[in-house]
Amino acid sequence: MSDDAVLVQADGLVKRFGDFEAVRGIDVKVRRGEAFGFLGPNGAGKSSTMRMIACTSPRTAGELRVLGMDPDRQGPRIRARLGVVPQQDNLDNELTVRQNLQVYGRYFGLSRAQVRDRATELLRFAQLTDRADDQVDPLSGGMKRRLTIARSLVNEPELLLLDEPTTGLDPQARHLLWDRLFRLKQSGVTLIVTTHYMDEAEQLCDRLVVMDGGRIVAEGSPAGLIAEHSSREVLELRFPIDQQQANVPLLHDLAERVEVLPDRLLIYTDDGESVLAQASRRGVRPTSSLVRRSTLEDVFLRLTGRTLVD
Amino acid sequence: MAATGRTVHPVAAIGFVLEGLWTWYRRNWRSTAVSSFLTPLMFLTAMGFGLGSQIRPGPATDNLPYVVYLAPAVLVGLAVQVSTGESSFPVLGSFKWDQRYYAITATPVTVDQLLAAQVVWVALRVFVSGLAYVLVAALFGAFVNAGALLAVPISMLAGLAFGTWVVALAATVNDEGNAFGNAFRFVVVPMTLFAGTYYPISQLPAWSRPLAWVTPLWHGNELARAAEFGGMSLLTAAGHVAYLLVLVAGGVLTARWRFHVRLKV
Repeated sequence: MSDDAVLVQADGLVKRFGDFEAVRGIDVKVRRGEAFGFLGPNGAGKSSTMRMIACTSPRTAGELRVLGMDPDRQGPRIRARLGVVPQQDNLDNELTVRQNLQVYGRYFGLSRAQVRDRATELLRFAQLTDRADDQVDPLSGGMKRRLTIARSLVNEPELLLLDEPTTGLDPQARHLLWDRLFRLKQSGVTLIVTTHYMDEAEQLCDRLVVMDGGRIVAEGSPAGLIAEHSSREVLELRFPIDQQQANVPLLHDLAERVEVLPDRLLIYTDDGESVLAQASRRGVRPTSSLVRRSTLEDVFLRLTGRTLVD
Repeated sequence: MAATGRTVHPVAAIGFVLEGLWTWYRRNWRSTAVSSFLTPLMFLTAMGFGLGSQIRPGPATDNLPYVVYLAPAVLVGLAVQVSTGESSFPVLGSFKWDQRYYAITATPVTVDQLLAAQVVWVALRVFVSGLAYVLVAALFGAFVNAGALLAVPISMLAGLAFGTWVVALAATVNDEGNAFGNAFRFVVVPMTLFAGTYYPISQLPAWSRPLAWVTPLWHGNELARAAEFGGMSLLTAAGHVAYLLVLVAGGVLTARWRFHVRLKV
């Protein structure tokens, strides 16, 4: 297999639960060594897609190849080479940290000596060596998450699937996790990440697709998507609650686009400061203003008319 | 870079899942020791030696001292109880609370291998607790014949004939409270009282006997007593075993269906 081999290829992939269509015919291609993201709000179909790629959920329709094999017929052989970090930690809470790694390694057919060595390495990687022989239950959320990620690496997977890896963690724990994921990427592991955090997608992903309502609405690199679907800068203006709407007509012709959110106006322009100065001359008096660069959040808003985290 | 994970022979995969269950059990066996070991001995002491001291051997007890008559049936009752215990909350919890089953089926281990390991685990737990009970009760004179050892695998079969259906139930329900409580209240308890554990079902009104015939406990009791005391034709014994095997097979297939529904969503 060459280095640019395609690890995941989906064509017209569909997942239905009864009448509800969670994934509505998506095309995805993930190459070896990439960090690939599915960005979208809750309910976009990201997790359903991930479970199909993980060969734990059969597809309803469409084509899917993972590591060049068919998940329906070669699930165990594919799963032997995957690492899976589910949205919700499913550790053995009554076992120790080390036992969790060792027991799990055995499911991948590793010998006792192999799992012993691998557990020691992974404890170091996850910075859990001090807690190796403690029970899992009382660990913090961040530690459990690191252990789940460590566990997913027990078989040295070629492809690591991370479903919302940092949801519910505090900022410090998130940065520590991101650091570990960067290291993995550098060591050549292909990553597929789902997230509804745009900063996470920007930090981790080389390439991503934006999902909404079971469909892919855009695809590209984080910077490419921003350049394509948003302006260079965004001016954010906040007003007293009842005065926001009255200011919209005064701003329209100053910018490429104005988005009205419940709590603020977003004015898309290549030069935020200059628009702010012009608005001020027209008598616009916001309670606060902020000029920032466009993010994936703005891309998402543009493409779907909704914010990512609501 | 190549992954180190690999697929193994199904038997090895089942072995790995059993190893995981054993790792858990080694840390937690104390909590199960009371229910699966001391409880039946207390029962046998109270009912067999205590109450039994007031019961004269007669036709209803196969002319045996009551405690000897009772001991094999307590073994079968123990098997059903341990089997139910191991098949209910531990299975539901593995779907719902720590979601262990989802973690395991994300590896090369398949749903069928996982279920097989879970059922084998229940069988082993039933077998070991039954064997321990027989050996200790024999010291007190409650077992009088080495045939009692044959009653251990029989009790295991009867335990599975009920337990596999509890596995299927545990794989179906989401609310722990009612299902298991009702299974216990309306099936296990009446079965224990009316399926020939304490007295032969010939003592019951004729119309109610078919209710006992459908229970795995009655077939297990008949077989376990026959193993120790004899007096059963081979054909009758084969009939009882066949009935229990059919129940096990039905339970396993139903559980398999429920496991696939719940894990392969």
